[in-house]
Amino acid sequence: MTALSLFAVTGAVLIGIGFYGLIATRHFLRRVVAFNLIGSGLFLFFGATGARGGVTDPVPQALIITGIVVAFSASALGVGLVVARARLSGRAALPEEEDGA
Amino acid sequence: MTALLPVLILLTSLVPAVITFFLDQESHLLRNALSLGGAVLKVALIVVMLFAVAGGAAYETTIPLAPGLVLLLRIDALALLFVSLSATLWLLTTIYAIAYFGTQPELSRFFGFFSLCVAATTGIALSGSLISFFIFFELLTLSTWPLVAHKQDEASLKAARSYLLYALPCSAALLWAIVWLESATGPVLFTEPPDLDGLDPMSLRAIFALFILGFGMKAAIVPLHGWLPAAMAAPAPVSALLHAVAVVKAGAFGVIRVIYDVFGAARVAELGVGIPLAVLASATIIWGSLRALQQHDIKKRLAFSTVSQVSYIVLGAALAGPYGMIGGLAHLVHQGLMKITLFFCAGIYDVRAGVRSIAGLNGLGPRMPWTSTCFSLGALGMIGLPPMAGFVSKIYLGIGGLESGAPWVLAVLAASTLLNAAYFLPLLYRLWFLEPSPDATGDENAPALVVPAVIATLGALGAGVLAASAVSPLGWATLIAERGDIR
Amino acid sequence: MSALVTLLVLPLAGAIAAIALPSPVGRTAALAAIAATTGAAIVLMATVAFQGMPRLEMGGWTPPLGIVLVADGLSVALIVMTALVMASAGLAARHAFAPGTAGERAAFGFWPLMLLLWSALNVVFLSRDLFNLYVGIELLSLAAIGLVAIDGKATALAAAMRYMIFALAGSLLYLAGVVLIHAAHGTLDIDLIATRTAAAPDGLALALMTAGLMAKTALFPFHVWLPPAHAGAPAPASAMLSGLVPKASFAILLRLWFDTMPDRASDGALTLIALLGTAAVIWGSLGALAQVRLKLIVAYSTVAQIGYLFLVFPLAGGASAGVPWAAGAWTGAVFLALSHGLAKAAMFLAVGHWMAVAGSDRLSDLRGLAQLMPMTAFAFALSAVTLVGLPPSGGFTGKYLVMTAAFASGQWAWALVMGGGGLLAAAYLYRPMAVLFARGAQAGAAPPSRARQAVPLLLASASVALGIASAGPFDLLAIGRPLAAEEGL
Repeated sequence: MTALSLFAVTGAVLIGIGFYGLIATRHFLRRVVAFNLIGSGLFLFFGATGARGGVTDPVPQALIITGIVVAFSASALGVGLVVARARLSGRAALPEEEDGA
Repeated sequence: MTALLPVLILLTSLVPAVITFFLDQESHLLRNALSLGGAVLKVALIVVMLFAVAGGAAYETTIPLAPGLVLLLRIDALALLFVSLSATLWLLTTIYAIAYFGTQPELSRFFGFFSLCVAATTGIALSGSLISFFIFFELLTLSTWPLVAHKQDEASLKAARSYLLYALPCSAALLWAIVWLESATGPVLFTEPPDLDGLDPMSLRAIFALFILGFGMKAAIVPLHGWLPAAMAAPAPVSALLHAVAVVKAGAFGVIRVIYDVFGAARVAELGVGIPLAVLASATIIWGSLRALQQHDIKKRLAFSTVSQVSYIVLGAALAGPYGMIGGLAHLVHQGLMKITLFFCAGIYDVRAGVRSIAGLNGLGPRMPWTSTCFSLGALGMIGLPPMAGFVSKIYLGIGGLESGAPWVLAVLAASTLLNAAYFLPLLYRLWFLEPSPDATGDENAPALVVPAVIATLGALGAGVLAASAVSPLGWATLIAERGDIR
Repeated sequence: MSALVTLLVLPLAGAIAAIALPSPVGRTAALAAIAATTGAAIVLMATVAFQGMPRLEMGGWTPPLGIVLVADGLSVALIVMTALVMASAGLAARHAFAPGTAGERAAFGFWPLMLLLWSALNVVFLSRDLFNLYVGIELLSLAAIGLVAIDGKATALAAAMRYMIFALAGSLLYLAGVVLIHAAHGTLDIDLIATRTAAAPDGLALALMTAGLMAKTALFPFHVWLPPAHAGAPAPASAMLSGLVPKASFAILLRLWFDTMPDRASDGALTLIALLGTAAVIWGSLGALAQVRLKLIVAYSTVAQIGYLFLVFPLAGGASAGVPWAAGAWTGAVFLALSHGLAKAAMFLAVGHWMAVAGSDRLSDLRGLAQLMPMTAFAFALSAVTLVGLPPSGGFTGKYLVMTAAFASGQWAWALVMGGGGLLAAAYLYRPMAVLFARGAQAGAAPPSRARQAVPLLLASASVALGIASAGPFDLLAIGRPLAAEEGL
């Protein structure tokens, strides 16, 4: 297995785990983590595509950095929301899914 | 200037409508001045144009919307027939309505929508393209709703809901018909026949049926008539507007436009859709009369009478021959004049004597002579007694039936005349020959209510007596037929 | 060229000022930014209409490396519509979020969030780069989620969280598509990709991105987050959320299918998208019929109206001899989007006034309000006319164009959807109208001033004016219109 395909496979695995987490968990904090896992997987995969033909394409790297910043802000907002809701209602899941949280 | 005339005629009711909405309830004087001023100005403009159009002039204004959606306002003889009817009757109804409502609440809303309604009717009359017709037709639907719901009580709101329940699905059918047709032919103008060869006969028949569905609801063709008697919950001026000036007339006018200016009489005959429509119209004539017989409320009886009478117009158009057409067009005007008289009188009986049921009419004739004379003359005209206007229409329709190879039309007319007599004569008998009940009251010291009724009666009388002259509705209809303004 | 930058920078600067400056000054700065951005939007529209499409290569970098901003007819039409809605929402918010009226945090947070939302919308409407679009739509979602949660109540926070799950999932799907496209073509510039030959992962990428954008647009079956989120927010926020936010992801979908990869569409995919649109029309309308709260009715109506927009995909093109215009369905769909934005914002602002007076948006509490506030009732009625698609509104123009395209291309079933959807809209909008016009007890609180009532009326009138004066917008939309819009996918 080349280093490149290792990146790609790791990315794919991360996406898979994250996807499972997004669907199967109810605690909103877990979902935020799952979202970050998918994001990291995609970025890893993206970075790997920039290494074609032995020459490193800098564009994906620039885009990944931007993407990380965006994902970070989204995570911050998500955590903020879940904290605010937990303070008000003591729950950290959506009302329709609360029994499992 | 001349190019702007159609727009000006439209604006004479549109501008008062918009300003009226913003007036306070208390500004009675300004509001009445606006409504009356607009109505008088419109009649004046139309008189000017009557002479010009009789001399062969045609006015046209195009307002481009998106490509294909052309707002075309055009004045030809047929448009003028309808627009002069609605403008004259609007003036009468405005005078009547101002007196009828006095200082009741919510009048700015009422007169705003009232003017908007007439603007829409004017637009329908002047439309030179199918899409303009549709736009104003829908504007009419929408602006009538608040009028029917005006009293805001349970019955009015129910009537208004029933009106929309009929109107909106039928307008969807109408839009379907227009879009289907225009997607094959391009925008349809009434001045130039669309090339219908691109569509197969079955599609054309379906499109025709959709058109009839769309217009037939407003013209109250059975079984799409249920809303009209229900709308009796509205105040009398609204009934007059619905039955004589605007709504049912717009439907009938639409049928005429579709048969003569979209499909063409020849194509209608070729597709074999004219006779079925004539049968439907005849069924409506009989059914409306039968239902009218069963009513004990004056306005309800008049409403079913409208259902029956408007189908005379549809019948005339469906026969698709020159005489039928002249009869139908003339009846468009005649029915308007007679029916508005009847509704004005029904309103006067209601406000001045508190009478709504037929039984309450006993002995009111001598007590309210002007009103009762007008009512009687209107009713006799509806029956078709010479020399009233209704007689003339029936003669032409009968000839039209013979000419189009449908002699059964004569039987329908005869049966309808008998039924008309059966549901109107008892009213006249009660008015003039029965003793009033001891506690009956009633006077007619309200000239603003009575005068419009008298004028409308004189109009109906004149249209019959002077039928042979060129300025009568019949003469005008003959001019339209001879000039080929509609094919 | 400078107008392009102004539209992105002005609202951002306003947002920062609103955060950094002390309360009354910050509010004034925000209002000034709103006024200035509205002006810039109108200037840009004039530029596009009379001088052609301005194009800006950011930092002087050319594609494939650089990011390009272009204003075409679609961009400026959406930008001006956005400006109208934003300006109206801002005027309404001056009172709704006045210090003392709203909570302290809401009064502070509304202005930066609103301006951030606006900036993100403009980024989405102007960008010609798939990754820049990603950043724009992500910023948009974050600002929108913030607005949903702004009053800090538990139900609003739950609605925001639900919205966030869909928005984030949508972003990831979109991002996955971007990655695949970059891997295949080495560029993310829309116009460059359009010139490349199709590659194997294109279909997958398109499917992923479309699914992600559908989730953000709240197309059936991804709509469940929308009604509670839009109905739970304060009225000025709902106006923006319902009127504007779904249009951004829909605009990206248009760019994706018509500008970027018009040759990759398959009939099955197009039909599937339109079927989802049909389901949205039916489901949203039935949902609206079942509600007893007016805000929820209006929000469910958004679900239904969004469905119409997706009929454009199988119907685009299909020019025939009978149809005297090009790109009927595409232009019609944009007309529908524009008029829905204006009308829906007007509706939410009107409902906001009524809630302030009646204290609730339950239909039973709104009886007779038309008598107390005729101007807002009239605004609601005009908006309803647009949403039902009755002439002479912008909604009618759009509906007519789409329906004609459906008949002309022999796909009349989609015309049935348009027609039936209009009837359903009439059914669910009739209930509030009848309640408003019924005689009923007058509410206690005093109605807002005439000037404030005029705001929704102006918006609603604009949605009708779009139909009456449709020739101008029609020509504007033809500027820079993709060829695929005329020839079909």
